[in-house]
Amino acid sequence: MLPGGFELPLEPRLPRLGSVDAVALEERAASLATRSIKRDSKLFALDLAIRVMDLTTLEGADTAGKVAALASKGIHPDPSDPNIPSVAAICVYPNQVSVAVARTKGTNVKVASVATAFPSGQSSLEVKLLETREVIEAGAHEVDMVMSRGAFLSGRYAEVYDEIVRVKEVCAGRAHLKVILETGELGTYDNVRRASLLAIAGGADFIKTSTGKLPSSATLPVQLCMLEVIRDVHEETGRVVGMKAAGGIRQSKQAVQYLVQVHETLGLAWLTPDRYRLGASTLLNDVLMQIRKERTGRYQNPDYFTVD
Amino acid sequence: MTKDKREVARRPETAAIPTDWEYSPAPESRELVHLQDRYGLFIGGQFVEPLSNERYTTIDPAREEPLAEIAQAGKADVDHAVKAARDAYAERWSVIRPSERAKYLFRIARILQERSREFAVLESMNGGKPIRESRDVDLPLAAAHFFYYAGWADKLEYAFPNRTPRPLGVAGQIIPWNFPLLMLAWKIAPALAAGNTVVLKPAETTPLSALLFCDVIRQAELPPGVVNIVTGDGRTGAELVSHPDVNKIAFTGSTEVGKAIQKTLAGTGKRLTLELGGKAANIIFDDAPLDQAVEGIVNGIYFNQGHVCCAGSRLLVEESIYETVVSKLKRRMRTLRVGDPLDKNTDVGAINSKQQLDKIGALVQAGIDEGAEIYQPPCKLPERGYWFAPTVFTNVAQSYRIAQEEIFGPVLSVLTFRTPDEAIEKANNTPYGLSAGVWTEKGSRILAMAQRLKAGVVWANTYNRFDPASPFGGYKESGFGREGGRHGLEPYVALDGA
Repeated sequence: MLPGGFELPLEPRLPRLGSVDAVALEERAASLATRSIKRDSKLFALDLAIRVMDLTTLEGADTAGKVAALASKGIHPDPSDPNIPSVAAICVYPNQVSVAVARTKGTNVKVASVATAFPSGQSSLEVKLLETREVIEAGAHEVDMVMSRGAFLSGRYAEVYDEIVRVKEVCAGRAHLKVILETGELGTYDNVRRASLLAIAGGADFIKTSTGKLPSSATLPVQLCMLEVIRDVHEETGRVVGMKAAGGIRQSKQAVQYLVQVHETLGLAWLTPDRYRLGASTLLNDVLMQIRKERTGRYQNPDYFTVD
Repeated sequence: MTKDKREVARRPETAAIPTDWEYSPAPESRELVHLQDRYGLFIGGQFVEPLSNERYTTIDPAREEPLAEIAQAGKADVDHAVKAARDAYAERWSVIRPSERAKYLFRIARILQERSREFAVLESMNGGKPIRESRDVDLPLAAAHFFYYAGWADKLEYAFPNRTPRPLGVAGQIIPWNFPLLMLAWKIAPALAAGNTVVLKPAETTPLSALLFCDVIRQAELPPGVVNIVTGDGRTGAELVSHPDVNKIAFTGSTEVGKAIQKTLAGTGKRLTLELGGKAANIIFDDAPLDQAVEGIVNGIYFNQGHVCCAGSRLLVEESIYETVVSKLKRRMRTLRVGDPLDKNTDVGAINSKQQLDKIGALVQAGIDEGAEIYQPPCKLPERGYWFAPTVFTNVAQSYRIAQEEIFGPVLSVLTFRTPDEAIEKANNTPYGLSAGVWTEKGSRILAMAQRLKAGVVWANTYNRFDPASPFGGYKESGFGREGGRHGLEPYVALDGA
């Protein structure tokens, strides 16, 4: 099965689709990273960073207690400050979905679950579909699936595409689908661009950089490369696809750089939780600390921020 | 800490979401620069009052405010400076060990790095260029140039194998206002490394970084007279060019003045290098990485407000991707931030002078009159100062003035081509030949184009990229002689058997 509009088989052509110049891409990303965001504009960015955050825990050691604590933190990140918004979603493993759903009930914090044999994707399609069905039935609003890098890197694009289409069918109307490309395993920006196109063609609502399980996760040039695909698709078809950067974003300064890049590439329209997410496990407290610092002019003792 | 037990009021779900993310002002501090009210001429290691007794005011083009009183050097002043340079050449600089010369150049490079923030601010104040560029481009490159040529100072025999390179004597150097300190570095570093002494005239509108550089010279304890700085307008330059005791002239500036200099020097035996104007073609093939090519187009023409001799001012786009490229370009232009050069988020700063602003305005008007279609992104230009919005012309014919003449401003002309041959023909169809850009995924095409383009520099999948190790210079009316790299030493040495 191939996306509409392609009269010729897509698979053999995909390696020639579009190209990215690595040097120039990295240069542009580096230049945007020098934007100096101060005072009010910094407070806006920090507030936004919380509103678009997928507060994440994806550990073998996760328990109901840990997930419940994280969910509470996501709902009220700073109990002493009523102006701090909730995060966009809590992101957990399939087993922990019901706990997160119970804890976030009645709030507008969503629950996202990884699925399809996260993080490697090395399993059968049946298992992946079953897992997707299960997390949706357990109440997950969003599914973060992993693309099959093995199939992609051996050139079996149709298989990759087909798998995304099938997972999307399970999600359709019930949950948002984020497709994780795991860019750290793709090797080139050309591959990142192709994988992005493939995921979007397969029906992704969001494309996402990484699982966070590799040493090399989201980077500014990788996000820029993916944003440019989203921009092209939007301009050519009007379709809106969201972006999620995840993995390695631990500090406010980084978060602001990611947001600035979205702002100057896709515009303010993309800076909402419906279209942009930052996946992070330890970023939140640093953002809270920076907000307090901007407001009071002083850094506070880290013990004033809860550890969850 | 006592916890407030009351239920904390939550932020309402419907809290207004801002419709704009205005970046707050992030100005670099002007306090980093300590200007004097007036400056003399730097001759023989100290500032002296001009014998001409003439002065003029240099301004901040972004605010139209005076910065300092500058000396207008006359014939006697230039003579004084050349004498100082001659004495320093004969008594010290040509006789000290080359490794000693290297030591001074390394010192200058390091001091420039240490004081780079101060220099960057001054460069933006006096020239109008965004601090982002003076901080990230001008200053690092200027220091790198001194480092690079410091390395050559005691290895000149290896630069010219089997020849014996000797210094020429006193070099008269005249530099433009677009990269004041960087052009100073391009001129002074190779001249000194090769054992010459110099008299340098900075541009009339941007003398301040050269005058601050005198402070660096003293800090580095460079022997007096090795570098002399004389300020003034074209009259000072003319005195320097025609001075009988100058052995070599190096000039960067307009083609018109370059031609006049060449006439003056004819038959005098003085050596000459000229780096003049350009009207570079930036060529985009249909297989190019488009988003990066658009960045290259923007960097090619809006970098330093287009005040760049090698600016990619003619965009040649393959017809099959014309619409896409133009629409991507216009969208990108809408994100350019025009304004206060000292603000760290500014992409496009102020036009360097009233005179230049008028020239740009006149050529843009000519483009409109000739029938080209103009586009400028909506941007609020400050009321005071000299400003010009980033501009692109589409529907441009090769015969229009905006496709032929150097505008030296943020103005791009877009033309199309159908085949590589047509691209070459159009790109080379200009009196200039300084630089060109080629954007394609095909390596073989890059090499084929580079071979046929009549330009001193050809960039592939990048633009306006400089490195001290890479020679830079022109063909045809863009001048002759190379600056940078081993080639950049050649204009400053006499070679036995040559």
